[in-house]
This record gives sequence, structure tokens and C-alpha cells, in this order.
Amino acid sequence: MSKAQDTMLYLNGVSVAFDGFKAINNLSIIVRPTEMLAIIGPNGAGKTTMMDIITGKTRPDAGDVMFDGRTDLTKLDEATIANLGIGRKFQKPTVFESHTIWDNLEMALKKPRGIFNALFYTASDDDVARITEILETVRLLHRKDELAANLSHGQKQWLEIGMLLAQDPKLLLVDEPVAGMTDSETEETAKLLREIAKTRSVVVVEHDMSFVRELGSRVVCLAEGAVLAEGSLDQVSANPVVIERYLGR
Amino acid sequence: MLTQALFRALDKKAVWVIGIFLAVAVLVPIANLLVPPGQFGHVPTYLVSLLGKYLSYAILALALDLVWGYGGILSLGHSAFFALGGYAMGMYLMRQIGTRGVYGNPTLPDFMVFLNWKELPWYWLGFDNFWFAMAMVVVVPGLLAFIFGFFAFRSRVTGVYLSIITQAMTFALLLAFFRNDMGFGGNNGLTDFKDILGAPVQAQTTRVILFAATAIALALSVLVCSMIVNSKLGKVMVAVRDAESRTRFIGYRVEYAKLFAFTVSAIMAGIAGALYVPQVGIINPGEFEPGNSIEVVIWTAVGGRGTLVGPIIGAIVVNLGKSWFTSALPEFWLFALGALFIFVTLFLPKGIVGLWKQIFGANRKKAEEPSSPTPAQSADIERGEDPSTFDNVHPRPAE
Repeated sequence: MSKAQDTMLYLNGVSVAFDGFKAINNLSIIVRPTEMLAIIGPNGAGKTTMMDIITGKTRPDAGDVMFDGRTDLTKLDEATIANLGIGRKFQKPTVFESHTIWDNLEMALKKPRGIFNALFYTASDDDVARITEILETVRLLHRKDELAANLSHGQKQWLEIGMLLAQDPKLLLVDEPVAGMTDSETEETAKLLREIAKTRSVVVVEHDMSFVRELGSRVVCLAEGAVLAEGSLDQVSANPVVIERYLGR
Repeated sequence: MLTQALFRALDKKAVWVIGIFLAVAVLVPIANLLVPPGQFGHVPTYLVSLLGKYLSYAILALALDLVWGYGGILSLGHSAFFALGGYAMGMYLMRQIGTRGVYGNPTLPDFMVFLNWKELPWYWLGFDNFWFAMAMVVVVPGLLAFIFGFFAFRSRVTGVYLSIITQAMTFALLLAFFRNDMGFGGNNGLTDFKDILGAPVQAQTTRVILFAATAIALALSVLVCSMIVNSKLGKVMVAVRDAESRTRFIGYRVEYAKLFAFTVSAIMAGIAGALYVPQVGIINPGEFEPGNSIEVVIWTAVGGRGTLVGPIIGAIVVNLGKSWFTSALPEFWLFALGALFIFVTLFLPKGIVGLWKQIFGANRKKAEEPSSPTPAQSADIERGEDPSTFDNVHPRPAE
């Protein structure tokens, strides 16, 4: 337990199997407060499964998953974990398409999540200011009253990042944030994530190497559910095992 | 807090609908009581009761729409809540018969005397009191929905599985209420009502008052539903309908949102049943028929789910059709109903209200801005409100 202290996320010896297939195999990863970590790896390396374990969607068969040095995440459900301060952006952008962009953020905004809180909720001036600020950050202010369904793929990604910000989490799990984005959008996203990582921990899963380079963070390469290599991007990408198993393919 | 929620509830559309039914609650009684028979504008009493029946169906359809159209829970057992509310009202009305029954027993309803029962079963106690019975109209369906929903939603039973168990629930109740020893009149149900609050049930004024009460209850139901769907909770419900797991990951307890909607909806259905029974004069286990619940789904689909006006229009239109059809071509009604459902599903996925919006909404849009939306955009809008296609908008292989 002492090792988990001063970490934001602590995974130790985590394993999970689906029908005998080991999706995660003795995985150990540490993320420190206000640290950014990029996770790369081939398809099927277990990146998404890892996120499922952290957010309570999947229960690990073995291992410790600790949040903020003290909370055991393996016993909690999705909503509790989200309210503890872990935000997740999905690989496929999932925004609420039949709601307006504004409403998407209003729902995500950090507020009591009870049924009656929601029934009688009225946005305060602070809430409006906060949502407006986030909309400016993700550059969707001019479209706030449109349905989220009308956004392009890249804009949905940004809206989802905006929803993450609205949740005000301590740890952000971001799955393939730049899929479907143009080069300039990708660059902006990297900038935004670096900005976010000044105050929060961020874990980014990504295939796009130039994007990972722009993040300039520590990199972990996963393969077959375990850590293959770890270090800076240059160290990892120079690793012969990584080249053979992932980059060279 | 409440005033703000009320203020939100009274948007333009809701004010119109509420206004219309409050006006109906006043105008139809006037047309019946003050316009002499034979003169233009007179509404005969039988028609008042028929319309009252339709309006109680409209409340039921609105209740279903709250869980189905907004919450994405396709309940195929909503008639069970309607029938339970109806039975609670029926039990009150039975106790009002007193010594006027065939056997003249002051406490026991006729069917109990016939079964040789010596005293009133415990669950009939208190039903001679109107307010106790009215409380039960709300409590019994609400409690059943709460308990049923608690286990179903906590276990994350969704989609077609949930629909099947709601259907099983109403079927189980049907079988139970058919049994004579349950003490609810068995096959024959409860009927031969005499008085409600001291007024004879068959009297013209009573019927008119019951009609007005139903219209007012419908207006209040619209108000409550509007308050819910316009709140953040309503948005969360729609979010659950469209992307359930995503809603969990932003920290909402999906099961509680569903449970809330399901319970409120069951209470509304119970009230609808209680208003229905004195107007038709009978409640029997047939009301629990699974087919009845499916009819409610058809009304809602025909009118337009996910809107507040749609289910009301659907319930009234389909039942007008049913009344005409079952007298003109009785043997073809079920075929017509089935064909209607297929037609609506294929060609009018958003029902009559959707068609209305398509015709008039499109014109208005053209007048406002000459540039029509791009095909991609309008396709997105189409998709935006259709719960069934939601989860696979962008099918991408998961890792």
C-alpha cells in the first residue's frame, strides 16, 4: 500500500481474462499527480480494457487498482468512480446527440448527481460562466445551441474533451483523442491536453506517433496486456522489441 | 426551486396543451348540461363518458411516453398499473354499494357473500374511505413499479429483456386476479357501482364531473411530465435512452433516473385507471391482458413518442378509430390495428406529431432561411431523436 502513496493512479499486477484470453496480464502502471502519460501499443494490447478496469466497467481478476493513493477502485461502480474524479473520453466519440452542445456540457458539469438535484437544477451564474469558458476553450461557443449530432467527428472529440473538463476530474483518461482530426486540430488538441496536464493527471491512449511526440510526455508501450517498454518516446521507439512488435508492423 | 421548475415546465407548447384540456374540462360540461338536447352544440351524456374514457387512455399513453419516449424503457406492462389504480377505485365503489347489493350484506360485496366468506379480507379494510382509496390508487402502482424497477434496473436489465419481464408481470397479475380466492371478484371483476362520494355514478352530473376531473388530471399530467422532461433530470433520461453507459461515466446513476421515471409513470397510469373505472362502470382482470399494454405502445407510437402531445393525440385518434371500427367491421379491428402499427413503424417513425413537424416545420424553415440543411445534417437530425438506432451511430470496431 505504501507504494501507492503520492500517486494519482496505481496499477499493480492487474490481470483480467475473457473466456480464457488474457486481455491484461500482470500489468503495473503508475501515474503521478499532474503527470501526463501516453500509452501506445498495437490493437488488442489491452489499452481499452485497462481503461474499462480503471473506470469500473470491468472487474480485474487479480491485482490492485488504487486512485489518489488511497481509494480501491476495484470495488466501486462507474458512477461512483466518475464522481471521485476520474473522467473518461471514449475511443468512439460519444456525446449526447439529441441534446444541444450547451446541454451536453451542463449535464457533465460537476454538480450533485442526485435525482432530485437534477430535477430542480437551475444553472447559476457561475455555472453559465464556467460552461461558456469551456465552450471557448473547445471553440464551440458559436454553435452552443445546435444539436451535438450536427458536429463533425473532430468537433465531437472536442466536445467530449469539454465535457471532461466540465466534470473537473483529477484524472483524465483520453482514448484516441485525435482520430478523425485534421493536422491543425491535432496540434491544438496536443496543446490543450498539455495545458490540462498542468493541473491534473492525464492518460492518453493514441496511435498517432506525431501526436504523441507533441505531447512530450512519458510513454508506455503495451503489448498483449503487459508493459513492453517505458520511457521517453525516443527511448521507447528505439527499443528493438517495440520496433518488432508494434512500430515495425 | 419548485417555482423555477414550474416556470421551465410551462414552455409554449405545454401551455397550449394544458390550456386546451382545461378549456375542454369547462366547455364539454357546458355543452352537455346547458345546451338543451337537440340543439346544435349539445354533447350527449354517453359521449361525455366516452370522451372521458379516451382522456384517461391519453393519461396512460402519456405515462408510457415518459418512460419509453424519453427514458428509452419500452414497458409492455403499463396496463397493469392502470388496472391496479382501477381496482383501488373499484374497491372503493364496491364498498359504497352497502345493503343495495343482491344479498343485502352491509359490508361484504356480493361476490364474497356468494363465496361464503364471513368477513372482509384485511386488504379490503379502509377502502370504504374515499381518501384512503385514492391514496391506494397512487401507492399500489407506485410501490409495485418501485420494487419491480429497483431490481430490474439495478441488475441492468434493458431493452427487449426488460420489455419481456414487464409483459410477464402484467400476465402474472392477470392470472392472479382471475382467481376467485384472491378476493377481487375473479373473472367478473368489480361492477354494479352505485355511488361515488354520495353521488350516483350513473347520474348525468356525476358523469360530467368525472369527465372534467379526467381532463384536469390530463392537464396536470402534462404539467408534471413537462416539468420532468424540461429539467436536467429529463435531459439525463434522454441521455440514458441514447447512450446509457456514457451517462454512467459522467457520474449519473442511470438506475435511479430510470426508477424515478418508471415510478412516476406508474403513478400516472394508476390515476388514469382510477378515473377510467367509474366512467365505464366495471373493472375486471381483462384490463391486465398483455394485449392492452401493447395497444398503449401503439397509441404512443402513432401519436409520436418523445413528445408530450403525441401520445395524447395517438390515444384519442386510435381509440376513435377503434370505436368506429368495432361497430362497423368488428372482426377486422385487430388486423387494422396491426397494419397501423406496421405502417407507423415503417413510414412514420415519429408518428403524427413527427409528420406535422415535417410538413409545417420544413415550410417554416424554408421561409426563415433560404439555405436548406445539407443532407448529412438532416440525416443527423433524423437520427437525433430516434432511440432505436442510437447506439450504433458510428460503428467502429472496438479494440
